Amino acid sequence: MNTAATDDGFVVFDHVQKSYDGETLVVKDLNLSIGKGEFLTMLGPSGSGKTTCLMMLAGFETATHGEIRLAGKNINDMPPHKRGIGMVFQNYALFPHMTVGENLAFPLEVRGMGKSEREAKVMRALDMVQMGKFANRRPAQLSGGQQQRIALARALVFDPELVLMDEPLGALDKQLREHMQFEIKHLHETLGITVVYVTHDQGEALTMSDRVAVFNDGRIQQLAPPDELYERPQNSFVAQFIGENNKLPGTVETLDGDSCTVRLATGELIDATPVNVRSVGQETLVSIRPERVEFKADMMPPGAHMVDAEVLEVIYMGDIFRTRMRVAGTEDFVMKSRNTLGQTKLRPSEKIKIGWHPQDARALEPM
Amino acid sequence: MTDATALLTTADGKPLKAALAASLATRRRRAFLLVAPLFLFIMISFIVPIGQMLYQSFYNDTFSSAAPNLAEWFDANPEGSAIDESAYAALAADLALMKKDKTAGAAGTRINYDVSGTRSMFTSTARKADKFEPPFKEAVLAEEKKWDDPNIWRAMRSASSPFTFDFYLAALDLTRDSSGSIVPVAEGQAIYKTLFWRTLSMSIEITALCLLLGFPIAHLLAVLPMRKAMLLMILVLLPFWTSLLVRTTSWMVLLQSQGVLNDMLVWAGLIDENGRIQMMYNQTGTIVAMTHILLPFTVLPLYSVMKTIPPSYVRAARSLGATSWTAFRRVYLPQTLPGIGAGGLLVFILAMGYYITPALVGGADGQMISNMIAFHMQKSLNWSLAAALAAMLLAIVLIFFWIYDRLVGIDKMKLG
Repeated sequence: MNTAATDDGFVVFDHVQKSYDGETLVVKDLNLSIGKGEFLTMLGPSGSGKTTCLMMLAGFETATHGEIRLAGKNINDMPPHKRGIGMVFQNYALFPHMTVGENLAFPLEVRGMGKSEREAKVMRALDMVQMGKFANRRPAQLSGGQQQRIALARALVFDPELVLMDEPLGALDKQLREHMQFEIKHLHETLGITVVYVTHDQGEALTMSDRVAVFNDGRIQQLAPPDELYERPQNSFVAQFIGENNKLPGTVETLDGDSCTVRLATGELIDATPVNVRSVGQETLVSIRPERVEFKADMMPPGAHMVDAEVLEVIYMGDIFRTRMRVAGTEDFVMKSRNTLGQTKLRPSEKIKIGWHPQDARALEPM
Repeated sequence: MTDATALLTTADGKPLKAALAASLATRRRRAFLLVAPLFLFIMISFIVPIGQMLYQSFYNDTFSSAAPNLAEWFDANPEGSAIDESAYAALAADLALMKKDKTAGAAGTRINYDVSGTRSMFTSTARKADKFEPPFKEAVLAEEKKWDDPNIWRAMRSASSPFTFDFYLAALDLTRDSSGSIVPVAEGQAIYKTLFWRTLSMSIEITALCLLLGFPIAHLLAVLPMRKAMLLMILVLLPFWTSLLVRTTSWMVLLQSQGVLNDMLVWAGLIDENGRIQMMYNQTGTIVAMTHILLPFTVLPLYSVMKTIPPSYVRAARSLGATSWTAFRRVYLPQTLPGIGAGGLLVFILAMGYYITPALVGGADGQMISNMIAFHMQKSLNWSLAAALAAMLLAIVLIFFWIYDRLVGIDKMKLG
């Protein structure tokens, strides 16, 4: 976003395929180009192939087909230790028999760096993550968050241009995780490194990344900046996976350029924006974000269609009310409304009318 | 924090420590009752026999109980006193007693440990003992003139007390000369020290071989997928389920000079008929067979340690720029140390006391100290010497255990 790097193909996956057993493909024809200085997140459910992609980039797995290039050079056959890529592992992988300082000195030592230069670099890296006082501790004596910082420092201490992170915050509690997200983002900006980040936590992906690649079933479903991903999902998987989402099945009634109407199963008509529907009469899945649903007629654009809803339950969540209701035959339609002074309090079994701006309802091809 | 030193009490005023002890007492009693059968079993079958054996190594009363008069004379006359008429009188009285109690053989055997060839002197002289008349010196010497050998008197003096360290001296190839000072035994009679060294060096060789061979197997077991690892594990454990005797004899079939391996070498033309290699009834045979038998004892602890090392450590090392060799040496190997220590120590201790395999395939120079202990238990019936040898073996093992504890720490040991 702020450091939106130009895509100069620093890291390139060119028609990469990967199979472990020769029968099924874990990664199906991956094409991805990552710019220098970019923060790219690979997001997807487990088994979607994102970690495999990271492992191929790090050199721990070989691509079955295709080419991976780093700074214009094919690295398919380059062993991991020659790639010069920093990596942060899910369980940190700090060497338990070495102190923090020895852990950090390790990559410098194997590069044959002198002792004094090594110590200076280690101290600088430790200071960078505010762990300067911990050089003589063992990893086991540190808390999860501290270990995480050390792992980060170790991946950065030898000044790699590319750093890979494999769900590095997975083991931390929520508050620490949010804090570390900010710190990683900050380090990325100040050091100007390229980061490829793997996670299954969509919140993490949205807060940190310049671009997010949503993986499913061995393919990239959508590659876009976070805001575009959230507001303009390209298909129903992305819509489902990123954020909470209401989906209403129906058929396209009218189609006119960038607007359409959809006839729901119960016969009601709603407005939507066509994304990947092409013809009238086509089956579609309309996706609407819960926070974009309105139940006050004066908030709606004139002439917009509204549908009947019956409130099933209202959950008080502090900053918002989460209202579950029955809409067009489905019982899990959710509306989120802000808990402001004077907000209308809805009650279960209350009958209301709801609606939305046509551009917030996206008519997608059902999966 | 100021009242931390004050006695803490429960809500109703009882001291907290007493209340805690009372609340834990039932649990502790139950726990003790659960382990009591095992405790008794170990006491009766392990601690007591070992204690008795250790006791035998420095307590032997076969001579002192058979010769009370001599014991009295040795008490009255310190070391270096002239062997005079009164000493011979005591000897004659004791020989007469031995004849009556039929203990001349046993007492003679005891002195025979120190000075060989003396057992027959006791039995033959004792036969005539009740006919001796004073002066006893002439009478005894007329019967057997070797009785004036100071060595015999020195041996009898030392055997007249049931508590003795002579057996430990013997186990270290040491003896006392006629003046009573400790000297090495004659060149040709020294056997135990070499035997201890051989046992030690062979055990170290076997341990090293087991670790060298077991390490890759254990690693393979730890990284293979479950189903293949199970199959391999069965192969590792298979020797465990076969009788020790069967395994040892099959090595005999393989390695002897008319055996399978030599036949194959001859058939392949690598050696000719007269050049068959002697691989059995020597150290080589013992080492090969024992390495095979003890291998699972290194594989299992190593495997259990390696199983807990996530592959991400080596990956991390590789991504940080280490070659696969450096990653192995600096990251993987140090983390397997508890397994190497446990497996190595286990094999070493087992090898130190191994008996059957060296007895069957060891020949003359593949024998170990345990074979000598067995010899003294079963053949020479010098139980005290056997006990002294066994006690020294136990001490060596304990020393190694202590070294291990200092170097690695016994709490870090993982057996599986």
